[in-house]
Amino acid sequence: MGKIFNQRNIIILLILFALVFPLIYADNRYVLHVMTIGFIFTISVYGMNILAGYTGQLSLAHAGFFAIGAYSVGILTTQGGLNFWLALLLAVLITCATGFVLGLIALRTKTHFFAIYTLIVGYLIYLLIDKWDGLTGGIRGLIGIPIPDPIGPITFESATSMYYLVLFFLLLAIFVAVRIVHSLTGRTYIAIRNSEDLAQTLGINTTMNKLVSFVISVAFAGLAGGLYAALTRFIGPDVASTHMVFNFLMYLIVGGIGTLSGPLVGTMLFIWFEQFLKSYQEYHMLIFGPILVFMVIFFPSGITGGFYKLKMKFQSAKNQKNVRHIKSIPVKSTKE
Amino acid sequence: MAFIQLKGITKKFGGLTAVDNVDFEIEQGKITAIIGPNGAGKSTFFNLINGFHKPTSGTILFEGKDITNTPVHIGARLGIARTFQTTHLFEQATVIDNVIVGHRLRTKSKLYDAIFRTRREKQEEQIAYQKALEVLDFVGLTHMAKAPVSTIPQEAKKRVAIALALATDPKVMFLDEPAAGINPDETEGLSQLMKKLAASGITICTIEHKMQMIMGLADKIMVLNHGAKIAEGTPTEIKNNPIVIEAYLGGGDPVAEVNRHHSEVRGV
Amino acid sequence: MDLFLQQFFNGLTLGSVYTLVAIGLTLVFGILHIPNFAHGALYLIGGYVTLMVMKGTGAHYFVAIFASIIVVALLGILMERLVFNPLRNSPPIHDKIAAIGLVLFFEALVQLVWGTEYLRMFSPFDNNISVAGVLMTSQRILVIVVAFVVVVLLTLFLKKTMMGASIIAMAQNREGAFLVGINANAVAMMTFAISGALAAIAASLAAPINLVFPSMGHLVILKAFVVVIIGGMGSIPGAIVAGLILGMTESMGATYISNDYKDMIAFLLLVVIMTIRPKGLFAKGVH
Ligand SMILES: Nc1ncnc2c1ncn2[C@@H]1O[C@H](COP(=O)(O)OP(=O)(O)O)[C@@H](O)[C@H]1O
Ligand SMILES: [Mg+2]
Repeated sequence: MGKIFNQRNIIILLILFALVFPLIYADNRYVLHVMTIGFIFTISVYGMNILAGYTGQLSLAHAGFFAIGAYSVGILTTQGGLNFWLALLLAVLITCATGFVLGLIALRTKTHFFAIYTLIVGYLIYLLIDKWDGLTGGIRGLIGIPIPDPIGPITFESATSMYYLVLFFLLLAIFVAVRIVHSLTGRTYIAIRNSEDLAQTLGINTTMNKLVSFVISVAFAGLAGGLYAALTRFIGPDVASTHMVFNFLMYLIVGGIGTLSGPLVGTMLFIWFEQFLKSYQEYHMLIFGPILVFMVIFFPSGITGGFYKLKMKFQSAKNQKNVRHIKSIPVKSTKE
Repeated sequence: MAFIQLKGITKKFGGLTAVDNVDFEIEQGKITAIIGPNGAGKSTFFNLINGFHKPTSGTILFEGKDITNTPVHIGARLGIARTFQTTHLFEQATVIDNVIVGHRLRTKSKLYDAIFRTRREKQEEQIAYQKALEVLDFVGLTHMAKAPVSTIPQEAKKRVAIALALATDPKVMFLDEPAAGINPDETEGLSQLMKKLAASGITICTIEHKMQMIMGLADKIMVLNHGAKIAEGTPTEIKNNPIVIEAYLGGGDPVAEVNRHHSEVRGV
Repeated sequence: MDLFLQQFFNGLTLGSVYTLVAIGLTLVFGILHIPNFAHGALYLIGGYVTLMVMKGTGAHYFVAIFASIIVVALLGILMERLVFNPLRNSPPIHDKIAAIGLVLFFEALVQLVWGTEYLRMFSPFDNNISVAGVLMTSQRILVIVVAFVVVVLLTLFLKKTMMGASIIAMAQNREGAFLVGINANAVAMMTFAISGALAAIAASLAAPINLVFPSMGHLVILKAFVVVIIGGMGSIPGAIVAGLILGMTESMGATYISNDYKDMIAFLLLVVIMTIRPKGLFAKGVH
């Protein structure tokens, strides 16, 4: 029981910290901005985690969907003159619809083929944005995306208000992710990740479930993209680049794929790490690349997964007398 | 009407005929065993009934209904459960967490229910949890419910796999070499479990290499060789069947020969 | 007609490069079941090493290519030993992620060491010659000829040597090959070495035409994946046919449809193919 309270306390503390954070850095727009961007990426990484971490399907088109969300908001508000909120809603719907169609096709392929197929679909989205000048502004990008329209007395002109707006969506995203993972639906996804053959024999419609999981995953990406457009107010084809998806993946792996806190831990860690190394921007990957490789080989379940395992080990050592055949839990093959 | 009826089932993989024109019936409530050397097509036979493979020709009827082209998950909902030669369990999760999802097919909660944690979701989670406790009790694993699968012995894993199949509320259960890789004492325990399953009204169809076990257990045995059915009958009939004896090394002891083959293990 | 012939030769050149890269990729896939996303890094390093050896030592183009082959083959072996071998029993997501980590690392490394500029590689084959009434640089002919010779030599190696036979055996049946007593580690290293060597050759041949720059591996590797899937993962003849088809399609597409959209043609081709045949065009129907 004490453990549960402990965990709950940590969560409450974190939320409190997130809430008062802007008060501490009230006069530091830069810090708030970085934090807000970090939250946006975190939302996207949560989406990736549901599909790759829980359902076991590595989609490398994730940045493409992030871009679809971002460009939908950008185009609808600048060229369509739509209200931001309506544009954001439409952006998520457009992303989901695209995800549904692409998922339907992509999920017919499996494992390596799925990864390659989605990598190429992601690249096609990038090329499309890059070449479709008339709609997307091509290589020049899309400028002058308006800030979110005020809701009654609440305006979104300050960095602080954008921070809270994004925080709201982040908490919502985490809430949804937690609810899904701890539900029968989440159990279904984990069963598919563990073994598609076994899941099918248990009466699970794997095709349908993977598709739904795919659509949820891209919905997160689309939402994050839409918020990103409103925050930065300028977007270019780079948001769809493979580097973007590789970044998301890196945040997820280092934080802990298939864990609920992994996306938050990984993304925030890297966002600040990147700021810290800002003057060496081009060379980030000299460190991050090997970290990624190192993590996958030695800590495949990331920081939070590794922490969790240590805790399990510690607990099972305590309860040794209850279970007879305790062995140390193998670190590999967490996600089969 | 036969419970499960197979008519002229053939499965070819490229040039290889893995199952060759087999006619067979499985009777309700009985224990049926399928034997044959490695590569005889036993697992493929299961994969055909279960829906993993579509037969090249032939039809399969389940309670009179044609299920030849039914997808695997629909078959499961109709009441066809199975286990695999290798267990496929989620090793890092606890036994009970592995088993709960077994009842998923009898629940209706959707994504919406998950996000809003509706009454239906809560109720069905409870039902699935109770079901898991019930089937773990049935297979005698209540005391291991909270242990991670990676920490339990091989024999217990086989029982977890059976519990998982049982959680789907099946009418028939196909067991692919449930006793492979476990010791004689445990084999006896597994025999008891199969009898208990049959007594509870579930039809059992098992692939087995351990002949002593099968002889005391099965109501009916089918012998496959190179994909073809070479004999079927009661254990006594099979033991004395000249064709079976012939097939197993020209007059050698069928029991010894089958055991010789039981080491290699192949997946689906 | 001249334009068509011109594009035909260009397609052949392009296709030759794709084929060389794709054969390396497909060999590694066939044997280790890894879609090596890091293959682009081998290509990249291959291009730079050749260029730097030429610049640094004034060595002849061919000598530099030879040095590059050695370096990149060794790099391939290192990758296999340090990264993919430890991951061979991991879930399928992991090796892909590790490969991505490698790409990111090598691109950054190249930028650190050699900068971000687009560099020219001067090949001794820069004179124009006329073939069948079409004027083209002899470099393009060199690409086609070398690719042809390399493929022939590779085929001979795979067919006629013990090591080659082991590679084929392992590609066809991994477990079976173990039973027959093939040294799986040696075969894996050899495969990575060949794969690296082919990437180095391809990059060095293409560089005088396409320049040398840190992201030169991106498009090539994506297209090599297209080739591998169309040709069937693990199939060398498939890679050759599909490589040439892709080179032709692109070259013709650029001329007769739109130069802007030529890259898209390749990827759309793949999307269409995988939509119809989820396991690729020439995949066998087993799993
Ligand atoms: N998916 C498949 N693709 C190709 N061949 C297969 C496949 N599954 C089984 N086989 C082949 O069919 C034959 C029968 O295999 P199987 O049914 O597993 O035999 P058993 O279970 O009796 O040992 C074997 O030769 C095997 O290699
Ligand atoms: Mg079998």
